[in-house]
Amino acid sequence: MSVVDKDAAAPAAASASPAAPAAKQSPSWRLLLDAKWRWYEFAFWLCAAASFWVFPRKLMLLSEIFILGLLALSIDLVLGFAGLVTLGQGAFFGIGAYAAGLMAQAGMGAAPLSDPLLGLLVAGLVAGLVGFATSFLVLRGSDLTRLMVTLGVALIVEELIVKFKDITGGSDGLQGVLSSPVLGLWSFDLFGYTAFWYSLTVTFVIFLFCRRLIHSNYGLSLLAIKGNPLRARTIGMPVNARLVSIYTIAAAIAGVSGGLLTQTTQFASPDMAAFHRSADALLILIFGGAGYLYGGLLGAVAFRVMQDFLGNITPQYWLFYVGLVLVLLVLFVRGGIIGLMMAMRDKISPRDDKDAGGRQ
Amino acid sequence: MSVVLETKNLVKRFGGITATDNVTFSLPSGARHALIGPNGAGKTTFVNLLSGVLPATSGKVILNGEDITEWTVRDRSRAGLARTFQINQLYPDLTPLKSVLIAINERENAATSWFPRLGSRSDLVDEAAALLTRLNLGERMHERVGSMPYGLQRLLEIAIALASKPKVLLLDEPAAGVPEGEREQILDVVAALPDHVSLILIEHDMDLVFRFAKTLSVLVNGALFVEGTRDEIANDPRVRQVYLGEEVIAHG
Repeated sequence: MSVVDKDAAAPAAASASPAAPAAKQSPSWRLLLDAKWRWYEFAFWLCAAASFWVFPRKLMLLSEIFILGLLALSIDLVLGFAGLVTLGQGAFFGIGAYAAGLMAQAGMGAAPLSDPLLGLLVAGLVAGLVGFATSFLVLRGSDLTRLMVTLGVALIVEELIVKFKDITGGSDGLQGVLSSPVLGLWSFDLFGYTAFWYSLTVTFVIFLFCRRLIHSNYGLSLLAIKGNPLRARTIGMPVNARLVSIYTIAAAIAGVSGGLLTQTTQFASPDMAAFHRSADALLILIFGGAGYLYGGLLGAVAFRVMQDFLGNITPQYWLFYVGLVLVLLVLFVRGGIIGLMMAMRDKISPRDDKDAGGRQ
Repeated sequence: MSVVLETKNLVKRFGGITATDNVTFSLPSGARHALIGPNGAGKTTFVNLLSGVLPATSGKVILNGEDITEWTVRDRSRAGLARTFQINQLYPDLTPLKSVLIAINERENAATSWFPRLGSRSDLVDEAAALLTRLNLGERMHERVGSMPYGLQRLLEIAIALASKPKVLLLDEPAAGVPEGEREQILDVVAALPDHVSLILIEHDMDLVFRFAKTLSVLVNGALFVEGTRDEIANDPRVRQVYLGEEVIAHG
């Protein structure tokens, strides 16, 4: 969602004021602006924190929204920035969920093994490892091939979870997963106080990491692969190695989000690696808008609010409306909710420059 | 003069069609060489074989004495072989500055740095900006590439190729499809390329070929038909017959 704001987007205006130092108009200064925090970014995270006091009875739901948003963010890294389509992110979510769950069970709810942060670390590492191993499968072929490969991997993971009953509890899942208190201070409670702040903090920290990653030379090279892989190769870029790295990072993040869900709900089931998990996460990202970093988080809010709201009105057919909104968004608005907001802003205050600030 | 790039009995077949037929060719360093031939003569296929976009059926490609036939596109690029494409291969959603910076970052092994912000290596950004300015793209380095006029996009193709500081540059019809008014700019850029870059130019535009190239190869049906200096080719009756014939008559 890095939209160049007005003073950045008008070099003519900047050069008109002779007081501005020369360095302020330099090309590198212009690029550094991309990574600048915008007011709406602060607003977004403040709203996220404030929701604790606005919806005190919905803390578990809010915590789940952050977790879903984090999962969608991991898809954004591969789809929105590197241009790699995936329908299998749920596999890594499930692996992370079980890794964290088994860690917590091994520690019997006491530190050090049941420490939630250690659990997340292990969840991320294990999911990242599986992501690395399977990344080589998605390097070949077209988008359709990739989609099928990621889908296949997810199905295999789900089946393996069901099959290895002794470890995973089979289709019953892992029940009563108890983590020790976060940092030894805050234990997970029934109302979701700890769950809320824990999920929000972890999501925010990982978001900061992703934001930094995207606004770096490395992030730019991912955009090159998305923009034109042939060109990227012919200027000497190791395209495959780059894709392996981002796919692995995204898998690790999906693993952490899965671990978060297990720890906050004290439960893990094969459902966490199921196909609909991957599909929902992809849908959430498209809903919010891919390639802006915030699409997954906004999409998760919209998706769960719609589910909650429509679920009350028409419990059986709410998916009909989700489908309808999705079709309308994809057909008429480029870039989901964020695309819609940007189009509205341009309507209200049209910008006369043709600057390429957005979407990078 | 030493040879930078050569091919030995290079063959490319697509099913029953021989697109490149036993081509043995060498490019001296610092060359200004043009590859001409009628439509379908296999010029672009030949460039694809040199740059590794297509694998050869048989034969060898040698760069600086090293057999690079089996090398990937990426490795050839790192070894100093750059190219442009007949059909633009750009990043439509990025800016010219970023497009060029991507190539410079790869060359300088700076592309894997993930923590410092984009633009913090001001030396590399300044180099990208200077290159764009040299190619008359300086004013528009922050625009969206996909929205720029076609002629400027063709220039950016060349800028991106130059950003990797190549030893050999393959220009595949740099002026193709460029409207008359913007053509001159591209010709100037091609003429001003540094001497230490060896060039192969594929072009239909005979003005550009004869203005720029010192030596020429004529490709017919995938095979080398004749090679020589500009004057030799211009006066060769066989070449006139297969290729320049119409042109000469047309200019009357």
